[in-house]
Amino acid sequence: MAREDLVIRIAGEAGEGVLITGQMVTQATARAGYYVLTDSVPPAEIKGGYSFYQIRLGEQRLRARGDLVDVLLAFNQEAFDNSIEQLRDGGILIYDSAELHPAANDRYRSYAVPLSDIAKNQVELTLAKNMVAVGVVAGLFGLDPQHVHRLLMESKLAKKGEDILNKNLKAVDLGHAFVQENVAERGSLEVRPSKLEGRIVLSGNHAVALGALVAGCRRYAGYPITPATDIMEFLADELPKLGGAVIQAEDEIAAIGMVLGASYAGQKAMTATSGPGISLMTEMLGLASMAEIPAVVIDCQRSGPSTGMPTRHEQGDLNIAVYGGHGSIQRVVLAPTSVMDCFWTTIEAFNLAEEFQLPVVVLQDTVLAVRTESIPRPDLSKVNIVNRRTFAYQDSGDGKEPGYDAASGPEQYLRYQITADGVSPMAIPGTLGGAYVATGLEHTQAANTSSDARNHSAMTEKRFSKLKGAVAKAPAAHEYGDPSAEIGFLTWGSTLGVVAEAIDRLAARGIKAHALAPRMVWPLPTDQIDAFLENKRRVIVPEVNYAGQYAQLLKTHYQNVEFTRLNVYGGQPFDVSRIVESVDKDLEKAPSTNGTVDKTRTEAAVHA
Amino acid sequence: MPDQTVTTPLTVEVEHTVEDYKSGVKPTWCPGCGDFGVLNAVYNSLRAKGYAPQDVVLVSGIGCSSRLPFFSSTYGFHTVHGRTMPIATGIKVANPNLKVLALGGDGDAFAIGGGHFIHAARRNLDVCYVIMDNAIYGLTKGQTSPTSMVGFVTKTTPKGTPDRPVNPLQLAMASGATFVARAFSGKPKELADLIVQGIDHKGFAIIDTYSPCPTFNKVNTFKYYRDQALELPKDHNPTDVMQAWARAQSTDPVYLGVLYRAEGEDSFEDHIASAQTGTEANAPEVIDSILERYA
Repeated sequence: MAREDLVIRIAGEAGEGVLITGQMVTQATARAGYYVLTDSVPPAEIKGGYSFYQIRLGEQRLRARGDLVDVLLAFNQEAFDNSIEQLRDGGILIYDSAELHPAANDRYRSYAVPLSDIAKNQVELTLAKNMVAVGVVAGLFGLDPQHVHRLLMESKLAKKGEDILNKNLKAVDLGHAFVQENVAERGSLEVRPSKLEGRIVLSGNHAVALGALVAGCRRYAGYPITPATDIMEFLADELPKLGGAVIQAEDEIAAIGMVLGASYAGQKAMTATSGPGISLMTEMLGLASMAEIPAVVIDCQRSGPSTGMPTRHEQGDLNIAVYGGHGSIQRVVLAPTSVMDCFWTTIEAFNLAEEFQLPVVVLQDTVLAVRTESIPRPDLSKVNIVNRRTFAYQDSGDGKEPGYDAASGPEQYLRYQITADGVSPMAIPGTLGGAYVATGLEHTQAANTSSDARNHSAMTEKRFSKLKGAVAKAPAAHEYGDPSAEIGFLTWGSTLGVVAEAIDRLAARGIKAHALAPRMVWPLPTDQIDAFLENKRRVIVPEVNYAGQYAQLLKTHYQNVEFTRLNVYGGQPFDVSRIVESVDKDLEKAPSTNGTVDKTRTEAAVHA
Repeated sequence: MPDQTVTTPLTVEVEHTVEDYKSGVKPTWCPGCGDFGVLNAVYNSLRAKGYAPQDVVLVSGIGCSSRLPFFSSTYGFHTVHGRTMPIATGIKVANPNLKVLALGGDGDAFAIGGGHFIHAARRNLDVCYVIMDNAIYGLTKGQTSPTSMVGFVTKTTPKGTPDRPVNPLQLAMASGATFVARAFSGKPKELADLIVQGIDHKGFAIIDTYSPCPTFNKVNTFKYYRDQALELPKDHNPTDVMQAWARAQSTDPVYLGVLYRAEGEDSFEDHIASAQTGTEANAPEVIDSILERYA
């Protein structure tokens, strides 16, 4: 009987080997029709050391990386030492017999594979070791090596000549054959592919970058930082092809400054960074709020504070995204929950920034940044693009050129005109009659500086009134589980995936639970949250940070609701079991009112 | 997207006067401030270039001098302290057809914005940067600045500042600026001419302009610069980098004029343009090809 899913971890020294093996398996697996979801250590500043690439594949959509590993492929001793704990009881260890000799252990079954020997002596190409490994992994769960062959033939290897290509193909076959001959349990590892077609496989960061392209982002400025850099690398290749540009700035302050300059001049622009970068950007975020300039900032959150753990996960930047900066600032904060969502949420970020002329921070996180996932090809016909309201010159017919005449100039165009929705038409430099000075100083409707109390109050209110419009256009929240459940999870970002799997496990035990992950973190989409809270007896807020930043934010509005914080903060995402435990604990305290579980699980079909 | 290059027939047909560039907002500077001379020179240089006000963007930082854009009828961006260059870079890269003039003080350029100054010069951004250098912080009422002389006594340095002054011209040259000049607001005609040259120059042009603060700097006054500053000798060769370096080093006299100039270098905007292999019309095709790559 085929299994529902399989978790394979390839572990070794940081560098090309682990990554190439992992990516090759992932792409071939997705091509073969499986759902795939991966986790890996993001490329950091230093080579060497322990690294892994974890692949989970299944017949149904997957939402998290899997708590435990079914198959561990260890390239060296350090990889073994660091990963063996995560190998499930009864799991399979495969190791390169040229590199390590782990002692026998009853907890799992071990297979020594002479990866290096096969590459060196049978393939006669030492570098083909990774391809032997790819063949081994393919053989374990029943992937036809032809899928890998086709990938190799399309890859750069094909350009290196027939000999090199053939050796690599042979390496795959030898790895595959080794498993057929030596691994007795491979039948139990078999996973059937799903029937869904037309999938693409990409990382969360690439989905963000693709979303930006589709949204109309044509200028990008950034400063390299783990784990955000590949967004910039992606756009550096793609933007010039459509007349756009990428600038590597001297620091994050300059990066967001360039974004504001470009946006002021009429281009949609973006930067991506991580914690240390967003700390530097807060003053400019204030300028964007004050001068009402659309801007999108992707914050790929990593473990903090300070430099923290650059390659480790955390959802610790919610507070700085919502509150960072001095004064009363208005901005929008969004958080995607999956790779697919990274694409759509980035488009929403641009639309909100453009429509309401304010900065939008997207709280990406390390898990999503590095995760690759097989997703349905996004339906571009469903993309809705919003552009800012601009000022266009209309001839008054009196022969005067507006804006030239000091007496009549400011009267004719009010850059910061107070309007019903707080949004004022923005003049793009080059537009006749629209000249104004964008400034971080408080200003009048005509964009002249002012320290008048009434003016400051009125302009502050104008700027904040835009949030009403923004929250009314909040992207739909993601929901999972049974809406009739009394136990609810209110969560955000990639944590939703783990929560969804926990809900499935609970459902299998007859326990109902329901999750909501608003994609708009700030302002609070109270309509979405109110409806969710209506029938909940217990509301658990799982998030990967110490203080419970989202729980605290919710408390500012829902003072009478008790939120049960559930936090991990070791640099890793939640294990599903941890979420399940939180419900078990609750049920111990409060006698369960277990109803029958509705087998047709509901999930908001947002862009799915 | 809004049209990036809105130009109307007015742009070429109208002969502009200085009045066309005035916003009608009264300058906030103290009587006798050197910045008035710079403002007039800016008006005159824009008129000399014949630019339509809507095609010009004046970008500034924070400080007395950085208020200048408010006094002009052109577009402007009064940014945050020290960040003039990043914003100007973004504007130019978004729309290279805009005429961008950067303005600000010595604190803005060499203290809080020192890092950005170096990199704008390295990039050879096609922007003319007029630095109103008064060797004092005026807006905060008189503290030492990065161009103040050693021993300069201010409210924050009662025993005199121990810091040696930045040499703006040498800093610019060492950072890769391709047009390096010094001016004096007491000579606004010459300054206007230098600004025109700086605008015409392709690449990063800096004009370090002595612009005395009569209120807080009683040392570096108009008289001080009249005594100290000298036009460059007629035979000065601005393409001779060693000669330029030596004359930039000189403190007695300090030289006015174009000390250094490197022509024929590509600007940052040139590099951006040459990297662009397609236009907006290619977007659907590019996006499709990306999706194919991930299939």
